[in-house]
Amino acid sequence: MSLMELMAIGERARAKKASKRRRLGVCTGAGCISAGAQGVLDGFRRKVAERHLQEEVDVVPAGCMGACNQGPLVLVQPDETIYQKVTLDNEDAIVDRHLAHDQLVENMLLFFEESKKPILRYSEGAFFQKQVKVVLENSGFINPEEIDEYIGVGGYQALRKATCMLSREEVIAEIKQSGLRGRGGAGYPTGLKWETVYKHVNDEKYVICNGDEGDPGAFMDRSVLESDPHRVLEGMAIAAYAVGASKGYLYVRGEYPLAIKRLEIAIKQAKKLGLLGAAIFNTDFSFDVEIRIGAGAFVCGEETALIASVEGKRGTPKPRPPYPAESGLWGKPTLINNVETFANVAPIIDRGGEWYSELGMPKAAGTKVFALSGKINNTGLIEVPIGITLREILFDIGGGIQDGGKFKAAQTGGPSGGCIPEQFLDTKMEYGALAALGTIMGSGGLVVMDEHSCMPDVARYFTEFCMEESCGKCIPCRAGTKQMHNMLTKICTGRGTVHDLELLEELAPMVKEASLCGLGQSAPNPLLSTLRYFREEYLVHIHEKRCPAGVCKMAGQAVVQDGAQSGPAGVH
Amino acid sequence: MVSALNHASQISEINRNSPRIKRLCTSIKNFGGRPDALIQVLHAAQGMYGYLPIHVIRFVAAELKVSPSRAYGVATFYHFFSLKPKGEHNCLVCTGTACYVKGAQALIEQIEGDFNVKAGGCTPDNKLGLQTARCIGACGLAPAVTFDEEILPKVKREEIAGLLRARLTGAAA
Repeated sequence: MSLMELMAIGERARAKKASKRRRLGVCTGAGCISAGAQGVLDGFRRKVAERHLQEEVDVVPAGCMGACNQGPLVLVQPDETIYQKVTLDNEDAIVDRHLAHDQLVENMLLFFEESKKPILRYSEGAFFQKQVKVVLENSGFINPEEIDEYIGVGGYQALRKATCMLSREEVIAEIKQSGLRGRGGAGYPTGLKWETVYKHVNDEKYVICNGDEGDPGAFMDRSVLESDPHRVLEGMAIAAYAVGASKGYLYVRGEYPLAIKRLEIAIKQAKKLGLLGAAIFNTDFSFDVEIRIGAGAFVCGEETALIASVEGKRGTPKPRPPYPAESGLWGKPTLINNVETFANVAPIIDRGGEWYSELGMPKAAGTKVFALSGKINNTGLIEVPIGITLREILFDIGGGIQDGGKFKAAQTGGPSGGCIPEQFLDTKMEYGALAALGTIMGSGGLVVMDEHSCMPDVARYFTEFCMEESCGKCIPCRAGTKQMHNMLTKICTGRGTVHDLELLEELAPMVKEASLCGLGQSAPNPLLSTLRYFREEYLVHIHEKRCPAGVCKMAGQAVVQDGAQSGPAGVH
Repeated sequence: MVSALNHASQISEINRNSPRIKRLCTSIKNFGGRPDALIQVLHAAQGMYGYLPIHVIRFVAAELKVSPSRAYGVATFYHFFSLKPKGEHNCLVCTGTACYVKGAQALIEQIEGDFNVKAGGCTPDNKLGLQTARCIGACGLAPAVTFDEEILPKVKREEIAGLLRARLTGAAA
């Protein structure tokens, strides 16, 4: 592959697009598929052929458009018209009117309840206008199963620039200048991590992409992998070039079959064009990627546990140091970044670190993808500049609380995070501000709760999760989460005492301080955070044996469930 | 279980000419028979058998040259692997945060009551297995339930039994 060839493929893809009068993309993200998108796509293909429109209209599968609540979604280009809730029955109107006669089908346009009027173009309305898309810029616009389309929007140009025009040090300098921080949750500066791996001299190094999105309530990485898989591969390849690795592993959850399928297709296509494999862009840089399918263990999000899992072992963490940058996969220097982090790399190399550093905030540059869910009107996937307020996310983009309910708290960071109550709605969504509130940015799960959510029960839910996902290697986590869960269950069943609360407050910091890895160290966060802002609710459970939100079943009534699953290997 | 694993005669149960074992051997070959492919090969095995029978775990261990205890340890560590056969059809209730907030627990209770099944088990006639998952990543569609491969979005407590019955009869027909 040479620059000329890459340009020619891109040119061809754009010409193909331009040769058609209309292009109709059906969202085939997991959300829309479960709402019937595959049938809708097949239907469109059949109906376009039946009406002899195939010469002027292209029907393609596309990636996620974000408004998952209204799916299946369809995007007609170049008009940028989005139709919502498209079915086999109502899609004829789009074919007969829009595709055949250029007429809008107004009653099917994307419509958000709160704005009271339909969205006429993709870039219109608060839902889209408040967003800034870098990671998701191709999502919904390209066919994720066609590498030519990715190249057509400038794909693999950054890899060419890096390998042919920049030294390894220059690539790292660009990433450092961008201010990009790890998007998996901890927010470690990406450039610094790359530099550490680069500095370790070794013939064999590895790059691992962490796609083990284990936070319940998070589906950002799933969507990126399904909608724009080449973006992640390109980011991995650039990273491999920079740190001096020639082999990469993409670790994806087994629960994401569509993402796995699209990655397999993407790797095959990239290899065929010589964008992965030996002598990429006729340089001496070689890079191969293999997929590793995870088998369901939250702890594998922790990097040393993930490495153990890639090696085919039980996913248990190791003490650090040594960090993976020094001794990772098979004892070799290893770079691990998460999916969203890698998806940011190509645009940074393409447009420059300075451009990226101006997005978002100083010390927290760029954008963040959030998965909005829970009691909110517009559930879905959004990408916002870091530093936007929670209020803007929930009320401008999210369209407010469902069923006219009252906002109670937003939960970020999943089982490792905490909640943000109403008085902090104007908090900037940024690493430091969230830490000050006792929560974390996390990987991007943002679950909204209204007055029907019981905060002690939320704490019990997350503690149960951590208890079941504890790998059992270290005692503070294995036994501590179990004891915390016992006491929380007592409180949530009306059997708790003030003494339990005191014990919880004594135990939680111990688990935090003494656990081996991030799972245990952050497991008490949901408890501590809900105690901090909703202590009164705990006290009502204890003193009045009553659950104000009406969630908990108090003693004397039915018994509260005690977890449907058993933990890994029964380690409690 | 562990003693069954150590019983050398178990390996003789493997018929190397059975179609499933042949396919499993192909999968092992594709990974070059490397020990680090253990999880990937167990995925393949579970895809073929629907669960991981103990003699299959033992066979995989022998082929990849890892100890049976390590293979058993891995098979029991990860949620995705099951050592028990699942139902003919399987219903999985997502209990991720978004689904939890929107009432996943009520769905589990409803299914348990209506179908005489416990989460993690099967109906007495083995027609329907009920599982829970920590998050299937369909949070925008909460609460979400899957029936075999199909995702049922925004399921209401009142409708879950009907949705499942329709699919059970449809699938049987």
